Amino acid sequence: MSPVLAGVLQLLALTAALALVHRPLGDHMARVYSSDKHLRVEKWIYKGIGADPDTGMRWPAYLRGVLAFSAAGVLFLYLLQRVQGVLPGSLGFSSIDPDQAFNTAVSFVTNTNWQSYYGEQAMGHVVQTAGLAVQNFVSAAVGMAVAVALVRGFARSRDGALGNFWADLVRGVVRILVPLAVVAAIVLAACGVIQNFSGIHEVGQFTGAPQQWNGGAVASQEAIKELGTNGGGYFNANSAHPFENPTPFSNLFEIFLLLVVPFSLTRTFGRMVGSLRQGYAILATMATIWLGFTALMMWTEFAHHGPAFELAGGAMEGKETRFGVGGSSIFAVATTLTSTGAVNSFHSSFTGLGGGITLLGMQLGEIAPGGTGSGLYGMLIMAVIAVFLAGLMVGRTPEYLGKKIGTREIKFAALYILITPALVLVLTAAAMALPTPGDSMTNSGAHGFSEILYAYTSAANNNGSAFAGLNADTQWFNTTLGLAMLLGRFLPMVFVLALAGSLAAQQPVPATAGTLRTEKPLFSGLLVGAILIITGLTYFPALALGPLAEGLAS
Amino acid sequence: MNNPVTNTARLLGAGLRALLVLTVVCGVLYPLAVTGVAQALFPAKADGSQITSDGRVVGSSLIGQQGYGLDYFQPRPANGLGENSVNTRYQLILSGATNRSGDNAELIEWVREAKAKVVRDNSTPGHPVRPSQVPADAVTSSGSGLDPDISPAYARLQVHRVAERNDLPVARVRALVDAHTEGRTLGFMGEPRVNVLELNTALKELTGR
Repeated sequence: MSPVLAGVLQLLALTAALALVHRPLGDHMARVYSSDKHLRVEKWIYKGIGADPDTGMRWPAYLRGVLAFSAAGVLFLYLLQRVQGVLPGSLGFSSIDPDQAFNTAVSFVTNTNWQSYYGEQAMGHVVQTAGLAVQNFVSAAVGMAVAVALVRGFARSRDGALGNFWADLVRGVVRILVPLAVVAAIVLAACGVIQNFSGIHEVGQFTGAPQQWNGGAVASQEAIKELGTNGGGYFNANSAHPFENPTPFSNLFEIFLLLVVPFSLTRTFGRMVGSLRQGYAILATMATIWLGFTALMMWTEFAHHGPAFELAGGAMEGKETRFGVGGSSIFAVATTLTSTGAVNSFHSSFTGLGGGITLLGMQLGEIAPGGTGSGLYGMLIMAVIAVFLAGLMVGRTPEYLGKKIGTREIKFAALYILITPALVLVLTAAAMALPTPGDSMTNSGAHGFSEILYAYTSAANNNGSAFAGLNADTQWFNTTLGLAMLLGRFLPMVFVLALAGSLAAQQPVPATAGTLRTEKPLFSGLLVGAILIITGLTYFPALALGPLAEGLAS
Repeated sequence: MNNPVTNTARLLGAGLRALLVLTVVCGVLYPLAVTGVAQALFPAKADGSQITSDGRVVGSSLIGQQGYGLDYFQPRPANGLGENSVNTRYQLILSGATNRSGDNAELIEWVREAKAKVVRDNSTPGHPVRPSQVPADAVTSSGSGLDPDISPAYARLQVHRVAERNDLPVARVRALVDAHTEGRTLGFMGEPRVNVLELNTALKELTGR
């Protein structure tokens, strides 16, 4: 069997597995977020929080819950890293410097998991397990909560309430993420992912002195790292490290994990708005982009243009033997089209065009299928924009799911799609214009520019992967990337929740013969076009300077 | 009661309490439960899949090693591996890639040198190696720098050298490589590969050194 065919078969197997699981999981999530009942353990948790889970919140209250919880998360994680040096169970590792601790705290709370540190030498058991891994759960649950709040905005009528943030948060963790993560972690451990608390210990080598290993709770962290589309590896090499991703099967399984919740949420959406076909239209849009990008990536990586790859006879730099070009290409697209940012191969050493595909994947706003929760709300915002564009073409007031998209709604949607490009392009320009940030580049020329463009794209879109040649552990990058992550996460959430509140207050309008049928393939096509054109126009000049220049030169 | 400062403080307090409660669930109970199950069901894997030879641990079947002499099969290059720069009372390996782009001059030079070395080392009298025979994995660094495997093509390329240096019949060494070649999982997942540490451990047992 040729490697190309094997790659295609892996993609098909993955698609089949997702198709199989998205229905039961999506239905389960719809029940979780619609249920009136509280589990006993949830009641204990609400008591601990001191919150009444049955109070309906209007959008400002919901937003305040999101922001307060996230602020507490940043503060706690920052302090935990700052006192690591005196914390027991930290392998005697020293405390993290203020700028890096800020960057890392923001990074994990915003579901980005950008890492300017080396996991194996910097973070002990307590910070990894009780700090970073906890945010892997809760930041994902926050994303899902905001998505569900927006869906409720469409589903509810003349009721400004969007649900209860604390209930959505706790249910997302207790009834969705923890059960899935337990199963996933055990499967990963069965594949060979380590799970122990042996800390730093010596292990013999074939020749020479023993090697020192850092043993920790890797399988448990790996599972939620993928499921919650977080991406922060226990080790520096992330999912390329054999202790995080030991076999070809574990590789496909991890890709499955990082796609499964975002894809399944389209089913949840369909259920909650009372039309499964609306969910399928969104799913079809996501799947079209995902499959198209993966096909392009495989094509360029197997073709391996670029002087070093042509000399070597294949684009295997930065890729592991057990995954090969196929398994690495599928992972790279999945991780950048979601907000994961885990890597099983190093994007900086992809072909010029391959690197460009990972960049463009993030720049689409990570909506195909996107992050846990953030993918769905990002895609619904684009659907609102697409409906608006269609409305302009035929001269009708646009409506989506029975809700009118008026001036107020389109303003929120437009602000949403402007924030990230503004952050990315302004900060990239600043880093290029200032004298010192450029010293962090490993590569020069077009690729060096791509390293910086990639860093801000990854941070502002809450992805977390990197063209890792960039030495990002400087005060400039720790600080500006931290700000990009914060603003890129929470400003969009403000507009999503404001939009949700505005929609929830509306009385639905009945569908007429003139209503755009948003459950039809035609709409999915329009949506794909709108996404590609809007992103293309925004980022094309920057892409032309970086990956396109590099790709076309080789 | 309703002034903004106390409201904010109350909200932050709720956020902090929520975080602490969820930290107990996700940061203590969950990892401990997974550790318990993993250690009970797959203790050897949970501890790093260690390989023993002559009663001595020689490493993990998952973690590639550098530094084999030319009597043994060679792993992939690992130009992205590092040593720890903080907490330096330990000697930790920092996993990682080179992150060099396809048009990077240094990478082109590394590939050129690696290719020349593979050709030089593996050409034996009566069995010259041509540059076009050298597979890509032999001259590139992996993502982790800890790739435990090489392609079957690279392993077969080394057979004549290893046989000559160990005074073994070529067919015997080739059979050893074939026995250690693992195909794609279920026929389509990943790529065929040869685990270098396992192969070299078997070779050592064969030569009886």
